[in-house]
Amino acid sequence: MDFGLSEEQRLLQETVRGFVTNECPLPRLREIYDGTSDFDDGIWGGLAEMGVAGLLVPEAYGGAGLEMLDLALAIEVLGAGAVPSPLLGHALATVAIVEGGNAEQKERALPALAEGGRIATVALGEGNDRWSSDHWTAEWADGRLTAAKHYVTSADVADLFVIGLGGGGLALVESNASGIEIEAVDSADRTRRSSRVHFRDVPAERLERPVAGRVRDAGLILLAADALGGGWQLVQFALEHAKTRQQFGRKIGEFQAVKHQLADMALEIEPARALLWYAAHAFDHIQTDSEQVAAMAKAHLTDRYAQIARDTVEIYGGIGLTWECEVHIWLKRALFDRAWLGIPDVHRERSAQLSGW
Amino acid sequence: MDLRYTPEYESFRREVLGFLRDHWPLRGADAARPQPEREALFRQRATERGYLYRSIPTKYGGSGQPPDILRSNIILEEFSRAEAPGELSSQGAAMLVPTLLEKGSDAQKAEYIPPTLRGELVWCQGYSEQGAGSDLASIQTRGELDGDEWVINGHKIWTSGAHESDMMFCLVRTEPDAGKHAGISYLLIDMKSPGIRVGTLMQMTRSEEFCEVFFDDVRVPAENIVGKRGEGWAVSRATLMHERNLIGSSDRMRANFQALVDLARKVERNGRPAIEDPHVRQRLAAIQGYVATQVYLGHRTLTAVARGELPGIEALMIKLNSTNIGHQISKLALDLIGDGALEAPSSVVYSPVDDGEHASWLGDYMWSLGIATAGGTANIQRNIIAERGLGLPRERAANLGPQGPTDTG
Repeated sequence: MDFGLSEEQRLLQETVRGFVTNECPLPRLREIYDGTSDFDDGIWGGLAEMGVAGLLVPEAYGGAGLEMLDLALAIEVLGAGAVPSPLLGHALATVAIVEGGNAEQKERALPALAEGGRIATVALGEGNDRWSSDHWTAEWADGRLTAAKHYVTSADVADLFVIGLGGGGLALVESNASGIEIEAVDSADRTRRSSRVHFRDVPAERLERPVAGRVRDAGLILLAADALGGGWQLVQFALEHAKTRQQFGRKIGEFQAVKHQLADMALEIEPARALLWYAAHAFDHIQTDSEQVAAMAKAHLTDRYAQIARDTVEIYGGIGLTWECEVHIWLKRALFDRAWLGIPDVHRERSAQLSGW
Repeated sequence: MDLRYTPEYESFRREVLGFLRDHWPLRGADAARPQPEREALFRQRATERGYLYRSIPTKYGGSGQPPDILRSNIILEEFSRAEAPGELSSQGAAMLVPTLLEKGSDAQKAEYIPPTLRGELVWCQGYSEQGAGSDLASIQTRGELDGDEWVINGHKIWTSGAHESDMMFCLVRTEPDAGKHAGISYLLIDMKSPGIRVGTLMQMTRSEEFCEVFFDDVRVPAENIVGKRGEGWAVSRATLMHERNLIGSSDRMRANFQALVDLARKVERNGRPAIEDPHVRQRLAAIQGYVATQVYLGHRTLTAVARGELPGIEALMIKLNSTNIGHQISKLALDLIGDGALEAPSSVVYSPVDDGEHASWLGDYMWSLGIATAGGTANIQRNIIAERGLGLPRERAANLGPQGPTDTG
């Protein structure tokens, strides 16, 4: 019985942390944030080089053959740095192909995705909170697909789309197919911008097994991991501020009101680390629990993240409301984590059903 | 991460299960004895087998086993599943015994530990005073050495169970000229000593475990001091982070949460079971998320201890997380019982699990406040997290005295 991280897992986090410090420090993050695209060659190249792009892909297909917990730990660190990258959609697409593809599909798609030479993303939601596969209307027949998908991340740089179909199946579409129209959304989270994507009678190949539920669970865990990393980073920002900002001739961190708010923020996020570990571990090892605990982790952690973001703005005061202050970058990531794949209420209700209530 | 136990531990678990099968409930003539005797007899056998009081040497009535938190956890899990008596959770066994093991003299250990573990010697904790709650080190109860006896004068309050105790472990100011913390000694006081008067205080639940204790020239043998004069503060702090505090803390919470779910199935909203109400489901699921944090936080600290690592900030959060969640559970229970909250609370509980009736949940609601206050209020816990965990500056104490060390809350 060992409920903790291995040396390799700690090393993985250290490596990614070092990468974030060097390749995506705050000034670089701001440039990308204010720039025209959230895609940065250097960042993606670096992630690919560390093996993060293919972390979940089996070694036979050129990946690292690691587990959801490993990926969640990497995503946590990237979340702490609010690092812009196509990794979320890419990782979910690899889960879809690894678990749902036949041998030929895997051989064709996975090596280039694992190596990072090609980028994939997922097109699941259809707007108006239609994230659940029960609500999808995308039509597939005889190898052709027609669909309108909303809030697709990194659509502009994706080489391959994994698309959720009516009835719960998944299909692959190459981005160079004709009939694809990408409408960029003016996104709140400029580190993970999204688009509305129209697929009009495009050639599409169904994945052999319907694994939309697994893709959703993976997504819920990775959003929760991002929330853990981002939430703690905000606590760190707020702490730094409280230890330096002076009012009434004292550091504001000496005031008990501020101290207690910071203690409560840390108390909201830190115990949830173990919940995330369990959810990620269960994804690979404990089938009976994995669906319910993924829903619970997403609902719990993304709500905590959003609350901590509010609290952090409060501790900063006026400056916290400005574009110049970095806090809003994380606040918007919190809003993304909460809303993408369905708001916490939706997953709490699912968790209730899955608990047999 | 591997949540399975190795074959060595699984075989240990089977051994524990075998023992429980043979020994609890008691059999034959033993089964007819009164309950306290049955429990004491079982504890004695379980200790002889090496299952209870593992960190306490055999010569003091423990089982003297090498430290192994995974084995301890297996014992705890299986004993609680079998509803078999575990280690006494009395203040004597839980607080005084570890303190004596670390700071007591050999004579004190030999005299006090064995009967305390047997439940024959009952202790109360003489810490808080009217003017010394969160700021415990400002106690004023005085002890002056007169020949070979301490003479104690003063007043302790919130002394749970004092009216039924044989002895008190007590913080007393013996060095009035030293600093605030350096002036305190840790004394063991016989509650039958002349000059002690105990009064009970009725709590909001109408139960009366709370006491106040008055000392009027109470004479205590000089050798009843633990540690040296002026070391009492350090002695009392020695065992606050004892290993046992880190395990098993979420069992009761899980059971309470399950009782809450059962309550939601039983009571009605708009003519349907409350558990079908969307609002109730949301609240239940939100609490379930918090309960899960505490359960897995427990696994995590257990592993840290088993690996010999120092737990981090998360270990400072166990208590406040637990009391916050306990309060959420009882708040939802209060809404579920609805106008049942107009009945008087049950005075005997902290155990909605046992009967789940309205009065009991109401008692739970009130008790959850007591749990949040005992051993350091929620606000003191926040100070601890902020100062020790997050490195924020300490509040400046205005009453440290001549050479007081920093306040440790």
